[in-house]
Amino acid sequence: MANEIAVGAAAPGCKKVDPILVADNVTRQFGGLTAVNVEHLEIPRGQITALIGPNGAGKTTLFNLLTGFDKPNTGTWTFEGKNLAGISSYKVARRGMVRTFQLTKALSLLTVIENMRLGAKDQPGESFWRSLIKPLWSGYEAKITEKADELLKRFKLDAKREDYAAALSGGQRKLLEMARALMSDPKLVMLDEPMAGVNPALTQSLLEHIKGLKANGTTVLFVEHDMHMVRHISDWVIVMAEGKVVAEGPPAQVMKDQAVIDAYLGAHADTDLGLVEIKSLKAGN
Amino acid sequence: MDWLSIINLALGELISPLTAVYVLAALGLAVHFGFTGLLNFGQAAFAAVGAYGMAIAILTLKLPLFGAVAFGIAAVVVFALILGIPTLRLRADYLAIVTIAASEIFRYFMTTIGFSDVTGGSSGLSAFNKEFESLNPFPDGVYGFGPFTFREEQLWIRVVGWSLVAVAAVFLWLLMRSPWGRVLRGIREDEDAVRSLGKNVFAYKLQALVIGGVLAGIGGMVFSFSLANVQPQSWGTTFTFMIWTVLLLGGAATIMGPIIGSMIFFVLLMLTQSIIGGLVEIGWLPFLTPPQVGQIRFLLIGLVLMLLVIFRPQGIFGNKKELQFNG
Repeated sequence: MANEIAVGAAAPGCKKVDPILVADNVTRQFGGLTAVNVEHLEIPRGQITALIGPNGAGKTTLFNLLTGFDKPNTGTWTFEGKNLAGISSYKVARRGMVRTFQLTKALSLLTVIENMRLGAKDQPGESFWRSLIKPLWSGYEAKITEKADELLKRFKLDAKREDYAAALSGGQRKLLEMARALMSDPKLVMLDEPMAGVNPALTQSLLEHIKGLKANGTTVLFVEHDMHMVRHISDWVIVMAEGKVVAEGPPAQVMKDQAVIDAYLGAHADTDLGLVEIKSLKAGN
Repeated sequence: MDWLSIINLALGELISPLTAVYVLAALGLAVHFGFTGLLNFGQAAFAAVGAYGMAIAILTLKLPLFGAVAFGIAAVVVFALILGIPTLRLRADYLAIVTIAASEIFRYFMTTIGFSDVTGGSSGLSAFNKEFESLNPFPDGVYGFGPFTFREEQLWIRVVGWSLVAVAAVFLWLLMRSPWGRVLRGIREDEDAVRSLGKNVFAYKLQALVIGGVLAGIGGMVFSFSLANVQPQSWGTTFTFMIWTVLLLGGAATIMGPIIGSMIFFVLLMLTQSIIGGLVEIGWLPFLTPPQVGQIRFLLIGLVLMLLVIFRPQGIFGNKKELQFNG
């Protein structure tokens, strides 16, 4: 498995056979805290990659940096071979790298179908002068509406089509945000905790949707805490801790990695701290 | 009290030029706040820039009327860009502070003696109305019926003002039903989400600021033509907050809202003025003096605005689900 994705052995920052996103030397400091310090990172094309790590590991910050929502102190990165550092967030999305947010950003007071239509790209009616003349955009509008309806059906939101997004449940909003991101046929979808707050009954269908994306040739990168999900659907796992990439590899292998166990459970996971204390007290005495 | 004259006066307000001015400025504010979520507390400045731009173009630059109107609109566009480019990248509340400050700066700037040969200083500008009146197609005489009886020049300014309202309303309706309008509403809800979908949020906000400002600028010009003068004290914060009242009364994310809201506002203003004035005259309100009547009605308006925001934030025409307060 590792050989299909990585060049050589799986190690932090290892080269991939066919990377879609390559980042180099990306750092971001908040005051004295280094939130992200990634020396080299490659995301494999056409695969589902999970980005895991404890709270505060810098996963979301890395997402923000790569998508132009935050500016790094140093670093360059390329998407499909083209430089993406310093490019504004909306242009990043236009290049085909679309993200969702950890705190869902459904546009509450737009209807579900309007949310979906907004996700489409190249709508000529979104330019000021052309918007005044309906025939210039109504044809394209019908086309994207059809596509939106298809996606809504796939995500089982078709019954909510005319409802305001505010009327949806938390899990449904996650689904809507994901469906909306797919309206532009992105090459890389970046999902920030797609499962957070989604009830278990929906989880299964969400997993299927993510697998479906891969089947359609879309690359997926997601941040998640749910290890069950990570193990289930990801082809590759990248582990971050304290801003650095500490491990990567196929899920089965990464879960056994000592660095991962340290990052998640603490370096002294199998030491009895009580015992340590007594020993050191005795030694000190 | 003479009820017939009270009612006639109030009905006359329905289509008064001032009502049309407020409709135009409130439609502009609807673009800013209702559709895009921009908190603009300087709508008076946009109207003032339009009015001064037009008047200065006629008096100082000696431009013909339509040239002067174009100059006034261009001045508003420049003003909107100056305000918008540094502030629209910031959070909405910063724009609110900048706009209210800018409108006061502009007003004081127009009041200073230093430039009074161009701006007229505190006494303002007048005598720019000749060409506007010469275009009046109505022959001398009295037109209309009942409360809607006008002399030819009164009819002319009403026709111009309300035609502009009609054009502005159709223009906004076309814009807001389009995908362009959808992007604006998206920005109102969450600009980061819209950004993540590949829309240039900054450009849309700038466009919205310019369009709403130009509408206010045109309103400012109608105001100047109807009074035949431009004075700095017309464009204080009172103007801005009365526009807000009109907008919230009618419904912020609607097009009919500002139109009907403005009509109701001025009819109510005139009714309270006449009724309270009448009651004071016949001695039923011994604790009030006639000069206080003008103040007390604004007190009542403040109360109405508070009740409105608390109990019906979406306005008369707004869809309750669509526009709750999110500013």
